[in-house]
Amino acid sequence: MNKPRISVGLGSCGMAAGANAVYRRLETILMEGKAEFELKRTSCLGMCYNEPLVAVLDERGEFLYGKIHEESAGKLIEEHILKGNTLKGHLVSGKDVFFGSQVKIALRNCGVIDPESIDEYIDTGGYEATRRIIREKISGAELTGIITRSGLRGRGGGGFSTGKKWEFARNINSDEKYLICNADEGDPGAFMDRSLLEGDPHAVIEGIIIAGLAIGANKGYVYVRAEYPLAVRRLKKAIKQAEEKGFLGKGVFQSRKDFKVEVFLGAGAFVCGEETALIHSIEGARGMPRHRPPFPAQSGLWGRPTVVNNVETLANVAWIIRNGADKYAAYGTENSKGTKVFALAGKVRRGGLVEVPMGVTINEIVFGIGGGIPEGREFKAVQLGGPSGGCLPASLAGTPIDFDSLRKTGAIMGSGGMIVMDETSCMVNIAKYFLEFTREESCGACTPCRLGTKHMLDILEDITEGRARKEDLDTLTDLAEGIKRTSLCGLGQTAPNPVITTLEYFRREYWEHISEKKCRAKQCRKLISYFIDPDKCAGCRVCYKKCPENAISGDKDKVHVISQDDCTRCGICIRACPRKYSAINCLPGQA
Amino acid sequence: MSMPVNSEIKERLNGIFNAFAGKGNELIPVLQSIQEEFGYLPGEAMKHAARFLKIPESTVFGVASFYSQFRFSPAGKHIIKVCHGTACHVANAGEITEKLETRLKIKDGETSDDGLFTLESVACVGCCSLAPLIMVDDEVYGKLDPVKAARIVSRLSRTHGEKQEQ
Ligand SMILES: Cc1cc2nc3c(=O)[nH]c(=O)nc-3n(C[C@H](O)[C@H](O)[C@H](O)COP(=O)(O)O)c2cc1C
Repeated sequence: MNKPRISVGLGSCGMAAGANAVYRRLETILMEGKAEFELKRTSCLGMCYNEPLVAVLDERGEFLYGKIHEESAGKLIEEHILKGNTLKGHLVSGKDVFFGSQVKIALRNCGVIDPESIDEYIDTGGYEATRRIIREKISGAELTGIITRSGLRGRGGGGFSTGKKWEFARNINSDEKYLICNADEGDPGAFMDRSLLEGDPHAVIEGIIIAGLAIGANKGYVYVRAEYPLAVRRLKKAIKQAEEKGFLGKGVFQSRKDFKVEVFLGAGAFVCGEETALIHSIEGARGMPRHRPPFPAQSGLWGRPTVVNNVETLANVAWIIRNGADKYAAYGTENSKGTKVFALAGKVRRGGLVEVPMGVTINEIVFGIGGGIPEGREFKAVQLGGPSGGCLPASLAGTPIDFDSLRKTGAIMGSGGMIVMDETSCMVNIAKYFLEFTREESCGACTPCRLGTKHMLDILEDITEGRARKEDLDTLTDLAEGIKRTSLCGLGQTAPNPVITTLEYFRREYWEHISEKKCRAKQCRKLISYFIDPDKCAGCRVCYKKCPENAISGDKDKVHVISQDDCTRCGICIRACPRKYSAINCLPGQA
Repeated sequence: MSMPVNSEIKERLNGIFNAFAGKGNELIPVLQSIQEEFGYLPGEAMKHAARFLKIPESTVFGVASFYSQFRFSPAGKHIIKVCHGTACHVANAGEITEKLETRLKIKDGETSDDGLFTLESVACVGCCSLAPLIMVDDEVYGKLDPVKAARIVSRLSRTHGEKQEQ
């Protein structure tokens, strides 16, 4: 058998958790000749909760170690490689549960290959689909046909049939056409596209080439968020490698077709994820959306037919061409085929990047893959689709994940952010959080969105600060309906969704805020109060000294009291109170 | 931090403009390069950019002010970005911003008096499993609480103090 192979997961999350130091430590061990093994870089395997991750492959099998840091890296070599044991306490348990129900198509190579090596991508069958398309002269019509038959729908949120979109652009005669890969990923709580670009940039590039060939484009753009430096670096490197191999540039794969791909860095505007705004941004203008039609497929970048596709959508394309439309369509439901990647985060034990066949339920993801809620807390809600999406209560977590079932609940599939919440999350606060976001990101082009989101936010602030009246809920509903109906682009049209869904499923909580002036999750500061339990207070003076408002009084060794008039409910005292006393309580409701 | 004088700006800009063709659609990449060079967009530099790209100054400023990436005054030596993505929000990122505001004696979006730190809130860094987190320059620090976050800042300002003493 060959030398054992050790791979370190070097995605953004892994690196943030310290994977670089682990890699360097292993490199040093290797250079010092203390042990023999092959050291490899890879990217995110999706098990973010266990980062930094190190995989060891030897004649005994494959071992996955989690939470490996600089010191444990040395121990890992000693125990696993030199002594032939395993490193106790770091072997990832629940691996089968986490990966067992996943089907990796878009993420097929993430965390497996070295994303900075085109040869490793080729070894997995990469670029074979494109080569075959050129060699066998598969026509654009055939390609769009295959993608249409696969049932692939856009993964950027809209869910439009990818094949149909290509077909529109293909059927228009124009000397110039463009393919844009949308990697703006602006939804807070979403990191699918980042991980794909970091973990398997060539899969995205191959998807871009195939889409370009299908519609007859001569140039492709990748519009990436500037906040993703690692993704940008790997993507640029991958483009260069593909050019050197002759897969991109003049005469791709020795054909007479030219195809160039350029990276364009976004400049921090959420609305630029919207396709018409994105196009304006590449043109060098303010990223404001415009009316559709005309759709970009008819008139897009520089007025030419342009297809805008999401990163994940494109990452599926080469797989579909290689394996056939039927194989893809075998996964999923009637109207939602294939798989979907979700960024599972929030109050869940095993958060990470997961890819599941369409049709599994939210429960299966949260409890099966995610392992449920930590610290014995209760599953309260799940937020899907970020600022355009909605909050579903635990009682609806049996809903299957497909475009239609989710739409019926008022939430949306969205781009794939899935944030789990427990009873410590206040649903009014969450609605307010998203409205703050959309109010801030509204580009101002249309009045309903510009002023409407502000007005909704004002009401939500009143509610969370105990100033609201009962009628405000009706105003909120009216505004929500109006903004949805009359906004220019998807940003405004979907901005009310977080409010609409929380009003629908958590109305009681809104009521409590308004009429009882109480926040049961203890998140809204104006609607909670702090008390010192006289039976437990030892008069140690710690809280007295820490309180920034001087709201606590009491002599040494005597029971302390919080002045409710001066208290700003910052919570510093409750954290300061020594654990052995735990004398301070936070209660829902005003004092 | 001192502002560069005009002649110096012009010289440094020439180096940047060399990489571009001088077409209006290059505006955003040009502004990004200027900001990379100066740390912000000096007013003079935007005027030069307008001339170079043959577009009105109002267009340059209109575009620059639309995108949140661009700043019009120098930032601190270190930029602290507190992530306020959904996962961080439910993990109480607000308390981290608050703590850092008190620690640095500035408000969100401001730069500390010693010019060392600029404090910013960002929408989402995309490392949600490490929530709540902050990003200092390009380095991510995850699984924080307000105290840990303040400690990171203290450590950084100490290293600067030591450098100045040497
Ligand atoms: C406000 C707003 C933000 C959007 N952000 C993104 C984004 O970050 N990434 C993305 O792929 N699509 C985003 N979209 C959807 C795009 O407009 C477009 O539908 C999508 O890129 C098409 O690709 P697909 O068909 O492959 O999904 C956004 C839409 C709106 C209205």
